Amino acid sequence: MASTTEAPPRKNRVPRRPGDRIFAGVSTGSGVLILVALAGVAVFLVTEAWPALTAPAEDIPGGQGLVFYIWPLLFGTLISAVLALVIAVPLAVAIALFITYYAPRSIAKALGYIIDLLAAVPSIIFGLWGMNVLAPVTVDPASWASEYLGWIPFFAGPPSSTGRTMLVAIIVLAVMVLPIITAVVREAFMQTPQLHEEAALAIGATRWEMIRMAALPFGRSSIIGASMLGLGRALGETMAVAMVLSASAGGITFNLISSDNPPTIAANIALQFPEATGVGIHTLIASGLVLFAITLAVNMIARAVINRRKDFDGAN
Amino acid sequence: MAKRIEVKDLDIYYDKFLAVQGVSMTIQPRSVTALIGPSGCGKSTFLRTLNRMHELVPNARVEGSVVMDDDDLYGANVDPVNVRRQIGMVFQRANPFPTMSIYDNVAAGLKLNNKRLKKSDMDDLVERSLKSANLWEEVKDRLHKPGSGLSGGQQQRLCIARAIAVQPEVLLMDEPCSALDPISTQAIEDLMLELKENYTIVIVTHNMQQAARVSDTTGFFNLQGVGKPGELVEIDETTRIFSTPSQKATEDYISGRFG
Repeated sequence: MASTTEAPPRKNRVPRRPGDRIFAGVSTGSGVLILVALAGVAVFLVTEAWPALTAPAEDIPGGQGLVFYIWPLLFGTLISAVLALVIAVPLAVAIALFITYYAPRSIAKALGYIIDLLAAVPSIIFGLWGMNVLAPVTVDPASWASEYLGWIPFFAGPPSSTGRTMLVAIIVLAVMVLPIITAVVREAFMQTPQLHEEAALAIGATRWEMIRMAALPFGRSSIIGASMLGLGRALGETMAVAMVLSASAGGITFNLISSDNPPTIAANIALQFPEATGVGIHTLIASGLVLFAITLAVNMIARAVINRRKDFDGAN
Repeated sequence: MAKRIEVKDLDIYYDKFLAVQGVSMTIQPRSVTALIGPSGCGKSTFLRTLNRMHELVPNARVEGSVVMDDDDLYGANVDPVNVRRQIGMVFQRANPFPTMSIYDNVAAGLKLNNKRLKKSDMDDLVERSLKSANLWEEVKDRLHKPGSGLSGGQQQRLCIARAIAVQPEVLLMDEPCSALDPISTQAIEDLMLELKENYTIVIVTHNMQQAARVSDTTGFFNLQGVGKPGELVEIDETTRIFSTPSQKATEDYISGRFG
């Protein structure tokens, strides 16, 4: 064994000043608090959902068991949120490009504020608007679509006479998630390095070609991340969907314009909870647990995608 | 290829601020013209007006004329996009597109111009451009790897390959070596001497030895005073500028007795 002289333990502790200690304590406390809150919600959901998870199938509302109860709700939640994104994301990217590259500076600023304002509108207002304004407006186009575009599963019909369909819910959700997506994407486009814009222009790119070569590749991961954030919001939206959608339990269908619509998890809880009793309550909470898990997963994926942006910093 | 540029009485404004005043010069084809001068004297600004890149700055404008052979670059119906397809530019910091491969970086300009180029023709053009930029041997085995994985000097040569792939008439270089080590700088300087066989080259540089080494003609820019516009003090054969300049300011600058 080689004999090494033991170095005396080095004493280089930096003296900790009171301000540092207080600040460290406050920020650590806040960090722990958010974890405790999250854990509290998870524990509540699991314990309250437990009776429904263990209950015999015939006790669950509908009488066919928990999976058969939650599956249509989950389907309605996913189809409304995903299709809302399909509408909102291209629109948000186009708006962000317009604000960053095409609009005159004064208009760009005003438009930015208006988009942010849209995010501040309470969801019940969107619900009222969807129910009273948008739904009646869609009745005629929907019957036209079922007649001439009926071969597309989305427009199979028969069209709803009230217009309170999945289609309207999707449009309302799209409008609601538009601001957050636009804001994040616009922020990304504004940070497109001038170096790359100039590189494109110097080889004779037009404005649109420059956007395709420099801005879109640079903003791609932000677009994905923003979409995930929007998806998270659309999945959990309660009031607007509850007001707009005339739901009928058990209707798993891609048909967006009929009156036979699968409800969403959040809206279903809001609508059923006041009258639910016994196992019914636990069943609703179990559906909430499913929504919680999905939303958490979506947000974690969004985080991961946004963090991948760091790879781009290494370039140049 | 390679065209002559005539600049006459060019004033450059940012909004109401006159940045550069009264520049007149003839840039000879198949030669290297170097622009030297202290920081802030407007030589980069002037360079950018030659392919209308200055128009990216809101409210920047010029008065006077820039004529390439017989084409007025600031004519009423001239699209700046077309000007830039004929007058390429290499920047101070190498700026390959980070999300594109080496091959796609070189092909980027080609794809803009002729969308229907055959794959084999495209391969030939990419190879020829990379060879002209003295980069082919170093990257031929990894053409489809990201361009941002190359060294600084290689990235700059990649940018030169990208610029010459579209076969411009003129190549503008804005301090292309200022972020490079001496060996990479040497490689770029050698490349410039080869490229001037086919192109008109204008280079802005802070390195006077570099101007003396690579250029045939040198123009000296200076500020008329604090807050006053920059101007072209004199332009002449490089050997004369560095031995017997006609202006005292030029002599002071090149001999380091500036200010």
